[in-house]
Amino acid sequence: MKPGQKSKIYVSRDMASVALGADEVAQAFAAAGCEVVRTGSRGLFSIEPLVEVEQDGARVGFGPVGPHDVAAVLDGSHGARLGDVAALPFLAGQQRFTFARCGVIDPLDPEDYAAHGGWRGLDAARGMAPQAVVDAVKASGLRGRGGAGFPTGIKWQTVLDAASDAKFIVCNADEGDSGTFADRMLMEGDPYCLIEGMAIAGHAVGAGHGYVYIRSEYPFAIATMREAIERSAERIAPFTLEVRVGAGAYVCGEETALLDSIEGKRGQVRAKPPLPALAGLFGQPTVINNVLSLAAVPFILAEGAEAYAAVGFGRSRGTMPVQLAGNVKHGGLYEIGFGITLGELVNDIGGGTASGRPVRAVQVGGPLGAYFPPAMFDLPFDYEAFAQAGGLIGHAGITVFDDRVDMAHMARFAMEFCSVESCGKCTPCRIGSTRGVEIMDRIIAARDTQPVVAEGVEGGLARALHSRSPARIDAGLEAQTALLRDLCDTMKYGSLCALGGFTPYPVLSALDHFSEDFGALAPAKEAAE
Amino acid sequence: MQSHEASVDMKRLIEDWVHLHGRTRDQLLPLLHAIQEEVGFIDDAAVPLIAQALNLSRADVHGVVTFYHDFRRMPAGRHVVKLCRAESCQARGGAAIEVAAAQRLGVPMGATRRDGQVTLEPVYCLGLCAVGPNALVDGRPVARIDAAAIERIAQEVAA
Repeated sequence: MKPGQKSKIYVSRDMASVALGADEVAQAFAAAGCEVVRTGSRGLFSIEPLVEVEQDGARVGFGPVGPHDVAAVLDGSHGARLGDVAALPFLAGQQRFTFARCGVIDPLDPEDYAAHGGWRGLDAARGMAPQAVVDAVKASGLRGRGGAGFPTGIKWQTVLDAASDAKFIVCNADEGDSGTFADRMLMEGDPYCLIEGMAIAGHAVGAGHGYVYIRSEYPFAIATMREAIERSAERIAPFTLEVRVGAGAYVCGEETALLDSIEGKRGQVRAKPPLPALAGLFGQPTVINNVLSLAAVPFILAEGAEAYAAVGFGRSRGTMPVQLAGNVKHGGLYEIGFGITLGELVNDIGGGTASGRPVRAVQVGGPLGAYFPPAMFDLPFDYEAFAQAGGLIGHAGITVFDDRVDMAHMARFAMEFCSVESCGKCTPCRIGSTRGVEIMDRIIAARDTQPVVAEGVEGGLARALHSRSPARIDAGLEAQTALLRDLCDTMKYGSLCALGGFTPYPVLSALDHFSEDFGALAPAKEAAE
Repeated sequence: MQSHEASVDMKRLIEDWVHLHGRTRDQLLPLLHAIQEEVGFIDDAAVPLIAQALNLSRADVHGVVTFYHDFRRMPAGRHVVKLCRAESCQARGGAAIEVAAAQRLGVPMGATRRDGQVTLEPVYCLGLCAVGPNALVDGRPVARIDAAAIERIAQEVAA
């Protein structure tokens, strides 16, 4: 650095970085006369707030740093010097298809976006017939990243084939699952990528307008998307976009509830059929996709479907931005091809727990995902493998717990969360979740007070099912555990959507894999399959 | 007179807003957000005005206002602390932080302190799941909350 020359530094403006003090750091550098560029986050939060100093065209990282570290960072003497951030093992080991620009560019600078490969996918798509674009998405093997894993290309084909003058593209950015933040990071760190993906979808299916439905808990993402949509309006014309803001209802992450919410109604789940692809928003054919599905599309069109499909495992093609969360040493976003094992993610990449204690459980896929013990860490990250193991990938959030976790308490929380967030339309979810909390309270009480229960399962269940007064309920462990399984069965098969239908996953997986927390009287795992 | 004047203001607010954004039903949530942004809560007295402006029934508007956790029907405290209760924050000791915060702020979770100074509310995930326990303090994100952070938040909301 020559004397008198202005240092150019990069600091993240991601909500997580700001929560850790990035704004104060950026202000301190600006006050010291530096040119400060605010980027998205690189996605490794143990080094945030991260400052990157540009030197001879390369960036040298320092982190974590505080506002008092300006001088030491600028003269290079600071102890937290990381060198080239992209070369850190956490980042070098990734396959960043979707998140290639996140943390690197100024998220709102359209020129920066174009200089880093932006808009190539849209330009390629617009040079192709709509059917050819849909075929490319099909060939890529891309599956819905919101959790269901439905092939994106098939969904688009249905909308393309539907006859209507008014079709819509809806982006589901209601990322409510605890342990997930990839949608938020992308919208804050590379919003044009999502906009480009939506514009490609519009061209592919013949839709002229799109909505991005963002949860209100993400104020930074809302502001960034609004600004980016305004700045890119000409680039994506005649396609138009607008942001709609949620209002704190988790269930609106369910696609049909989300559509009702955009229409100005209570966010209640619709019965299917009709599919949203045929009768979605305002009754019109609608593509509704998750942020990560739409944001994967520009890469597919720019680099070719084969390049995307070349990575992956079995029927899960391409990459998944995995999110390491909870009690984990190196938490953050790790985009990698499918097939990596749970153990590699938690232990090798995540570095185990932040507390330094042993990992006891991980929950994969948010509040509706199963809990797995370390004994199952050889499970490969793949839609089918997880389904077979009694769980789901969901939005690929992994929440790590150490050995202090009480799994009966976590099962109770799953039921409690469902009762708070249920839209109320179907009975198994609305009533079942409340009964589930009561059953878990009885199990926890019984576990903590009576070590031995002699009652037979059959008699206890029959009485519990047919009793009318609380005093007649057999509050013993065995009876209540049997009742819990029965209730979960009803919720799983009787609920209208995934909220009630998947709440049994965390509950039953906790019961099956951590039966000691339920008084150790729970029957041994029925089948690990 | 006070309430009459307030409702006149509300009527103007709503009319000005629909003039800009339209009267279609899908504008209901954006309008409710705008009112809450401006006034702080959705007064029951505003419900018939909203219904009229968007050509909906009062029951329809009431149904939407009460469905969504975000919409308040009573004013909040001068400061609002939204503390995350979801799994990832729990994995990092969130439950103990919740108890400590409620005690230090002098208000139970989900309530407004009697002097109207602070509201403590649950939120289910802010998407900062690797650096919890997290909170939004008057809209500002705060991560890795420990005893010292609770003390800082308490000082901040005392002002």
